[in-house]
Amino acid sequence: MKPLLELVCPAGTLPALRAAIDAGADAVYLGFRDQTNARNFPGLNFSRDELAEGLQYAHGRRRKVFLAVNTYPPAGGFAPWQAAVDDAARLGVDAVILADIGLLQYCAETHPGLRRHLSVQASAANPDAIEFYRREFGVRRVVLPRVLSIGEIAALNGEVAVETEVFAFGGMCVMAEGRCALSGYATGLSPNTHGVCSPASHVRYVARDDALLARLGEFTIDAFRQGEPAGYPTLCKGRFVARGRPSHLFEDPISLNAAAMLPELAAAGVRALKIEGRQRGRAYVQQVTAAFRRAIDLVAAGGRADASALAGIAEGGKTTGGAYTRTWR
Amino acid sequence: MTSGTALTLGPVMFNWPVERWRDFHFAIADEAPVDTVCVGEIVCAKRAPFLAPALPAVVERLVRAGKEVVLASPILVGSAREVADARALAATPDFLVEANDMGMVGLLAGRPHCIGPTVNVYNERSLALLARRGAVRCTLPWELPRASIARLARAETGAQLEVAVFGRMPLAISARCYHARAHGLAKDSCRYVCANDADGMEVQTLDGEPFLAVNGTQTLSFRYLNLVGELAALRAIGVGRFRLSPHALDMVAVARIFRDVLDGALEAGQAQERLRTVAPAAVFADGFFRGRPGADWGAGGADPPGE
Repeated sequence: MKPLLELVCPAGTLPALRAAIDAGADAVYLGFRDQTNARNFPGLNFSRDELAEGLQYAHGRRRKVFLAVNTYPPAGGFAPWQAAVDDAARLGVDAVILADIGLLQYCAETHPGLRRHLSVQASAANPDAIEFYRREFGVRRVVLPRVLSIGEIAALNGEVAVETEVFAFGGMCVMAEGRCALSGYATGLSPNTHGVCSPASHVRYVARDDALLARLGEFTIDAFRQGEPAGYPTLCKGRFVARGRPSHLFEDPISLNAAAMLPELAAAGVRALKIEGRQRGRAYVQQVTAAFRRAIDLVAAGGRADASALAGIAEGGKTTGGAYTRTWR
Repeated sequence: MTSGTALTLGPVMFNWPVERWRDFHFAIADEAPVDTVCVGEIVCAKRAPFLAPALPAVVERLVRAGKEVVLASPILVGSAREVADARALAATPDFLVEANDMGMVGLLAGRPHCIGPTVNVYNERSLALLARRGAVRCTLPWELPRASIARLARAETGAQLEVAVFGRMPLAISARCYHARAHGLAKDSCRYVCANDADGMEVQTLDGEPFLAVNGTQTLSFRYLNLVGELAALRAIGVGRFRLSPHALDMVAVARIFRDVLDGALEAGQAQERLRTVAPAAVFADGFFRGRPGADWGAGGADPPGE
């Protein structure tokens, strides 16, 4: 019998991969150490040799490894993306997670047997878009944008002939993923083009009076009073002034936690749960994976988890049901 | 179309009263030297019913004036109602439809259509794929640098390339409405507060610097893209179509300035001065084109490193 919900966990390093597998992940997702994936951060990601080692560890325990190649190759610069997909096929990863239609087509033609998932960076949020990726490129699973309510997800699953995977925990993009150039506007580097958002290389902290200003490029995107917890300054989570009033205009510094909604997500036809956070450390991966393993097993036994277990490690310390609960509307 | 180039007026992205929206297009039809006009509500499905009654008259006036009319599709399609509306739009006969999401790209397969700037076209393979499926024109994403535009133009896929050259740059789209949020309202009961800001609601940094402009679910740059100084460079790399994005300005005058530069009747330096006169409050930017932060302004001319 198929497991109720497949648990897909992040791995920024080999130790994180092992931690996720040991804590009960059904699959881990990861990226190569270059601009071909959307977490192109210093000190993170896998060499080819490390991927081979990770595959051995995962496959030896009958778990899966997905490779994210989910940024957009620039004109004249296709080679690193092509190499990533070729190496994924050669090394035997279980699926590649892609966003660019040019790369999807290359992969479908060159490696038809390599399973293709559609990255959230493609932002496919309606049946016609999903059907396009299925028909044209043989996509088997779509990672849904974090903008849909559970009712909308259920309706979507009734209309599409692919599996769906949804985010269950971690940082959230409030903007449609893969369609956001806010970071590029301030820094010249964006998720689509460079696999980064609000990159640390362009963040500076400037002391002014009794506050610490977080600057991204030439713009102040937040300010912290002494003693106030200062999270990583991501542009859309910053504080800005509109109508004369400073606020978290786009999103409060808050994390998604859908642990208490797993029965509804399963009933909505969702196939897999994704944990965000390839940039997070091994301890985070271990803790979140273990908690969601327990939560899924509880649901399989007819129970329901509560969201409290993971509140402490969420970004900003606070969690939300996000769009799933429809409070956004 | 003169001198082998064409000017397009993009869709109005803001929530203008329907009378203003209609009269704006009438003036464009009668006076503006643009070849193509995109019409349609692309940001928020809640606004579309207000424009619908005026749409036939606007289209008719534009067609009568010799303009090519393109029907622009919504950027973000999610709800069942939005999906149904998109399918109806895709089935519209007689006019080119501009796809602004991948669902619409799929619906338009096999018939001539346009690709809008919010569809991710970053490389030759993507462009060629879309051209093979029926795209006759592609307006490139706002964040593409000159080097990418040049390579896409050299790819000769058969699709005409269009590049946005004027107006606030759309940077993000969300399921959430920030106009409503800033007014303490929910999206479902928004009272259409986005109509208060004809060019978007100004967003400042905490130290008071203008930064972004919110237009309902869309976030735009505060600064206005201005590539009037790069038209010659764009033509040299093989781009022949240029897009102006509508604002609460004298857009007829803006179109004339760009048309005159393309026709060689106005120098770029003079054009910059005239644009400053037409849009005195606008702060200009050209950073994306130069491979820099999109907010940067190099005043045209200086080559980016490398290319």
